[in-house]
Amino acid sequence: MLDTLASGLRLVATLDLRLWQVVGLSLVVSLSAVALAALLGLPLGAALAVGRFRGRQAVIVVLNALMGLPPVVVGLVIYLLLSRAGPLGELGLLFTPQAMVIAQTVLVLPIIAALARQAVEDAWREYEEQLRSLGVEGTRAALTVLWDIRFSLLTAVLAGLGRASAEVGAVMIVGGNIDGVTRVMTTTIALETSKGDLPLALGLGMVLIGIVLALNAAAQLIKEAAQRRHG
Amino acid sequence: MSAILPLRLEEVSFVAGGRTLIDRVSLALEAGTSSIILGANGAGKSVLMRLMHGLLAPSAGRVAWSGEGARRRQAMVFQRPVMLRRSALGNVIYALDAAGVPPVQRERLAAEALEEVGLGHLAQRPARVLSGGEQQRLSLARAWALHPEVLFLDEPTASLDPGATHEIENIIRAFDAAGTKIVMSTHSLGQARRLGDEVIYLHQGRIVERASIERFFPHPATAEAAAFVKGELPWT
Repeated sequence: MLDTLASGLRLVATLDLRLWQVVGLSLVVSLSAVALAALLGLPLGAALAVGRFRGRQAVIVVLNALMGLPPVVVGLVIYLLLSRAGPLGELGLLFTPQAMVIAQTVLVLPIIAALARQAVEDAWREYEEQLRSLGVEGTRAALTVLWDIRFSLLTAVLAGLGRASAEVGAVMIVGGNIDGVTRVMTTTIALETSKGDLPLALGLGMVLIGIVLALNAAAQLIKEAAQRRHG
Repeated sequence: MSAILPLRLEEVSFVAGGRTLIDRVSLALEAGTSSIILGANGAGKSVLMRLMHGLLAPSAGRVAWSGEGARRRQAMVFQRPVMLRRSALGNVIYALDAAGVPPVQRERLAAEALEEVGLGHLAQRPARVLSGGEQQRLSLARAWALHPEVLFLDEPTASLDPGATHEIENIIRAFDAAGTKIVMSTHSLGQARRLGDEVIYLHQGRIVERASIERFFPHPATAEAAAFVKGELPWT
């Protein structure tokens, strides 16, 4: 056990090429997915927060439920859509990093949208009358509110990034865990563990935990700094 | 610039969720006097002021200002101050920006308004870390910078201690001295006496009495107002 840990540490410390390639792809896939999900999810959440339409409550319930979407199910659905016989099979995206980005975007989008919805709704309830009293309405009011809660929105995005970088089910199914092409940290850990290459699995595990820890620490620090500076 | 006063309400009603909160209210508000809106909780004081200020649209009836551009020549201070996450100065500048004041003048006007309410030394402090009393003074600075013709105040000192209340009352007097029409709701009869020229007494969404301060307090004309004045006296 200690030997394994030591070898794992050595792999991390010696910048083992195989290991860092995997880490790099993980980051590229998850960051792209989160960027896409934020681009779609933040406006969606904001619109849900201030919009008044029939079925709004139902949409919010569904959105909140989707926060707990099982990654393997997302993987399966995206797999069916992208597979040769599927409706998007023509694109030939299955078992590519792009497919993994799509799957993670679907997984993370509800998290970012739901958290943004809550943040915007709370702020809007507080600000609406004051802003209207000052003669600020429409797009201008929306921009004021979004800018004011930018740190809460950033926290929502970081929560999405944490989810994306830690999940294994979706990328495993649509990426196929192909060596050097679609192999990321989580899928490599799963594979190497079953193969018995524990040092590599453990090394990657440490990197992954380090990344997740760093993300959460960043979220916490940003929140506290914002609280101190802006109240 | 023509005056936006008098403000006329004609048979104004406001219904929400099947309940009539304001019931066929007609009145005219003139410049020069400070009007205090009194009434028990739920009498409709806040709703009435929001109808006047244009934050709520009447279900029936009409709210008519006399002059053009009334929207920008009135301001409102709420019971709980709402502050943007920026400096005290930044909050006043935002209001000036929203009112269409040219950028070159904003900083100077905002600084002057902060001095007026005694917050000059806290200009760079984040607005949300100020105390409740300071935040309410900042709301008044935000209004002061706009030089409104009418200032609505919805129980502005309801959650403040006596010291802070005293400071707020002084600023309201300064508005009055500068020629701004004051329309204020309050629960404090002492405050009504100190700041008001006339009382508009609301009961269940209707104006049941309107009288000068000198007449209203010793001799309320209606049973509702008499009970209110009597019931509140021990606590003021």
